[in-house]
This record gives sequence, structure tokens and C-alpha cells, in this order.
Amino acid sequence: MHTAIQEIEKAQLRSDIPVFRPGDTLNVHVRVTEGNRSRVQVFKGVVIRRQGGASRETFTVRKISYGVGVERTFPVHTPVIEKIEVVSRGRVRRAKLYYLRNLRGKAARIRERREPVAS
Amino acid sequence: MATKQIKGVLGEKLGMTQVFDDAGRIVPVTVLKAGPCVVTRVRTPDTDGYSAIQLGYGKINPRKVNKPLGDYLRKHDLTPRRHYVEVRTTDATEYQLGQEVTAETFEAGQLVDVTGKSKGKGYAGVMKRHGFRGLSATHGTQRKHRSPGSIGGCATPGRVFKGLRMAGRMGNARTTVQNLTVHSVDADKGLILVKGAVPGPNGGLVLVRTAVKGDK
Repeated sequence: MHTAIQEIEKAQLRSDIPVFRPGDTLNVHVRVTEGNRSRVQVFKGVVIRRQGGASRETFTVRKISYGVGVERTFPVHTPVIEKIEVVSRGRVRRAKLYYLRNLRGKAARIRERREPVAS
Repeated sequence: MATKQIKGVLGEKLGMTQVFDDAGRIVPVTVLKAGPCVVTRVRTPDTDGYSAIQLGYGKINPRKVNKPLGDYLRKHDLTPRRHYVEVRTTDATEYQLGQEVTAETFEAGQLVDVTGKSKGKGYAGVMKRHGFRGLSATHGTQRKHRSPGSIGGCATPGRVFKGLRMAGRMGNARTTVQNLTVHSVDADKGLILVKGAVPGPNGGLVLVRTAVKGDK
């Protein structure tokens, strides 16, 4: 990739994004614009994937809303996200947690990561 | 035709990426290194019968320039360039020889046409080349799934019409994409970010011009 493009992508990166990985539970504060009013909505769920690099990186959060699985994919560095809170860290053995889609209730729990890797 | 001033700048396609706009939406952009170009010739109706400017772009070893062109450049005290292109414009007389043309020619929000040489696809079939649908996948089709089907009648007309779309060499041809929006211009680095895709490979020569169509 050309260095000029790398610089463009670097300029888009946000520094206030916490470290998180698949399996972690997040509170994603999303800015929602309705007409000319804007408010913040919280989307809470488990990160089931992170993909892409630099400013193109995205992550997907899955939650169960009224018994229905809901997944939302956000660009990690989008200005639409007000902030990201890491609620809990999960111990998982996969990078992509697609198997959660077939599980519900107790089976879809994720064990908590006890000693987070010193970062 | 309206008196729209066509401006142009030669450059290079660096590649694609994506950026966020003011509303936080993702915009796919092509990053173009535009210029710096130099006006190497001004064509006027009096001398040449039409109005245009010739732009030069890129470095070249002066030894590689042939004598007629080299002598012309030396006479006007210009350095040789690798690529030359003429841009037809009505305001050619406003340019001087040796004048620099940079990315600042364009501004964000403007519509531009981008010309480049498309990637060669080799000998391509009709499905890829012309978007034919091919034949059925099933119902007894044998070894003919991507073929064009019938190319005409039998005894009447007894020949295949000229210009019928068939398989053949695809790509590697001059291609213009019209009405692309300029997302932003980085004058310091000489970069233009154009929304959408641009013909040609990364590193390919591109010509950015003011959009011919539209009012803006």
C-alpha cells in the first residue's frame, strides 16, 4: 500500500478506543441522529468478530433483544461511536464466535477472562 | 455549450481506501497523486486552429527524449517530462509556458471526469465482456454454460451482422469515468481524493478534468 494512503488511514484512527477482543462484552454508545436532534443510544452485547485493518477495521456486537438475536457491525474508528465501554472480558478460544448464533441461554455464556493480559 | 472552463491535471492512481465524512458515513475514495504538472505548450486558434494546453508530468532521463521534442523544450527552457497530454480548454491563453498545475486546480465537492487506461483482462468471453447471461445451468445444457447462444439467423440474412458483441480482448483501453465527486484535496502533498473507483491499476497514469456534463 502506498505510504500516502497509509497516512490518510492513520489520520482517521481514534486514540480513545479501548483494547477489546472477541468474547468481550461492550457497551457501545452510538450517536443517533433523528432529524436534527441527536442522542446517544447504548448497544450492549458480545463482540463476535473483529476484522480489517487500520481505519477500515470493523467489529460486530451481538445481543439478544426480546428473544431475537441482533447483530450490529461498527467501524472501530467511526465518529458515530461516542464511546466504548468494556463491561467484561471473556475467555474464548476462537477469533470469530459465529457458534454463538446457534446457542441460546445458558449455553451462550462466555467464561470470564480472569487475569487480563497485561497491556 | 456553456462557457465552462475545463481544467485538467495529470497524475497517478495510488490506490483506494475509505474515509469518514462529516456525518460519520464511510466514503470509498480513490487517492490520486495529481501533479505537479507543467504547461509545455499553449495551443491557440490562431496558430494551431484550436484552443488547448499541453501538460507534462513525471520525470524522465533527458537522454531519452528525441531530438524534435528535446529541441523544442530546450528552446523554451523546459525540463522533459515522461507523459504529455493535451487538455482542450477555451481559456488556453490564460496559461503561460512553464506554469505549474497542481492538485489545487480542483476543490472539494466539485465534479470531475477521470481518464485512465483500464486493466487488461485478456481474451474475455461474452459474459465477462458484455454482461451476457450465458446459457442455462441445467435443463440439459452441455459444455455451453458461458456461451453467447445464437449469433443470428440462418439463410436470412446468411451472414453475421457487423458489430455483434462477441468474445475478444477486454480492457487495456482508454476509459473515462464521468462525474466523480472530489472528496477532498490535499494541496501540500498534492493529493486528490475522488469518491468512487477510477480506471487502471495502482500507479497508472490518470487525467483528472473538470466534468464535461452537469452544471457545476
